[in-house]
Amino acid sequence: MSGSTGVIIAGAAETDEIGKLPGHSTLQLHVEGALNAVADAGLTLRDIDGIATVSSPGPVQVAHALGITPGWIDGTGVGGTSFLLHVRHAVAAIRAGYARTILITHGESGRSRVGAAPFRLAASSPPGQFEAPYGTFGPTTTFTIPALRYMKEYGLTHEQLAYVAVAQRRWAAKNPRAMFRDPITVEDVLASKMVAYPFHLLECCLVTDGGGALVVASADRAAEFPKPAVHILGTGESSETPMISQMADFTESRAFRLAGRAAFAEAGISTSDVDHLMIYDAFAHVPIYGLEALGFVGKGEAGPFIADGNTEPGGRLPLNTNGGGLSYTHTGMYGMFAIQEGVRQLRGEAAAQAGDPQISVILGNGGMFATAGVLVLGRNAR
Amino acid sequence: MASKPVPVPTPETRPFWDGCAAGELRIQRCTDCGRPYFYPRPVCPHCGSADVEWFTASGEATLYSYVINHRPAPGFEEDAPYAIAVVQLAEGPRMMANIVGIPATPEALELDMPLRVRFEQRGEMSLPVFGPATEEAAAEAAAETAAEAAAEAAAETAAEAAR
Repeated sequence: MSGSTGVIIAGAAETDEIGKLPGHSTLQLHVEGALNAVADAGLTLRDIDGIATVSSPGPVQVAHALGITPGWIDGTGVGGTSFLLHVRHAVAAIRAGYARTILITHGESGRSRVGAAPFRLAASSPPGQFEAPYGTFGPTTTFTIPALRYMKEYGLTHEQLAYVAVAQRRWAAKNPRAMFRDPITVEDVLASKMVAYPFHLLECCLVTDGGGALVVASADRAAEFPKPAVHILGTGESSETPMISQMADFTESRAFRLAGRAAFAEAGISTSDVDHLMIYDAFAHVPIYGLEALGFVGKGEAGPFIADGNTEPGGRLPLNTNGGGLSYTHTGMYGMFAIQEGVRQLRGEAAAQAGDPQISVILGNGGMFATAGVLVLGRNAR
Repeated sequence: MASKPVPVPTPETRPFWDGCAAGELRIQRCTDCGRPYFYPRPVCPHCGSADVEWFTASGEATLYSYVINHRPAPGFEEDAPYAIAVVQLAEGPRMMANIVGIPATPEALELDMPLRVRFEQRGEMSLPVFGPATEEAAAEAAAETAAEAAAEAAAETAAEAAR
């Protein structure tokens, strides 16, 4: 049944607030997002029979906190794209009859670190032996390393890299929930503090608190839910490397490409069918890698494509219309927020509504080009 | 101040670290398909064969990519800004490393520049890092570093005098 999976997103919502929430624990953010999404689907927690989320706190803790005794559990935790994989796995579970109504939650006290698990890397793990001794210190020192190679191979300029942040700020300016809304220029980006050359502060994502959740169910039940159904047309997932130093080619993400190919094939679409796009943007180079991996532009063309205004308000391919991780919010595992914006755009309820999109594609990244998930979502089943 | 992380070997990585202690960069290659690989693991990532062997790499490499980190990891405070690089060994595989003996500036760190392995003591372990490929290049870089340090010291003295 190429063209649609027969499964829909029936409910979707974020926490009431996102940003700096020192009064919310990680678990509380999961719970608040869950309650909002279940209400959005016109359901109660009693209706949920499947649960998916990442550790920690993990699906057992979240289900228990919500009083749910699930008949289906997915604890896939492969970084910020995990929620896209949960959607994919939920599609399979619903088609198999393992669950009827699945809740996927995200909550992360990324900024305030309330009730958050400490980050620990075992000194005997491969990254503990072969990367940490060189002074790596989180994503700013690892996820960023491929960029210089890309710049040399394809002539991407510092100005074009900076422009990714400028373009997304133009979307954020239209979104009252975005953390950063003031317009910026390429000069502002290049004058912001150097974090890890070639990346300046404004080319790095925010660090925030927040959460969100999704309710997934069979398309046969679409009429039961108050909001317009968002059809899951195709999905894909992949992984490449647990260490950035071992990425096969620093100018392209193999995982992005494989996940994208699978999702587009299942949906039976090509890039010309896509009206709206979300690409996980932990750093300014990631949308560039994403645009090329999904085939929207050729190798080396994404920087100029963005700098020419194609992805900003008024452009022909609206990209990261919530403002993205660079300007909207980034709790640490941003994927849930990328899905939420795709759903809002297809429902026509986004703060910066990009016309009347029929098909939205979401590309999620996990770790440092470690994992990928892609969702093709549609206003209608194809 | 926190100390820098010290790698803890596992049985499959022990020969690599023993090599470092002996001043040699030992990596693995597949005896079926012949291709070398890094990081140490018991199966060839190219063909899946478990028939693999250790050999001593030349220690020659080129600079594949890097960042210059301005927000030091615990233990690296006095090094910042420092280069976290990925080098490509002459044999093909890539590994992360710090670049030593070359100023951590975009001007001095040219992609594809030749490098050579060195070993740095880290606790009880010996850690591979990379520096200039030839003695001439090393001397040139050292002169540059000294000139920079002198300029910095002069600026500091001037600042103190102004106070």
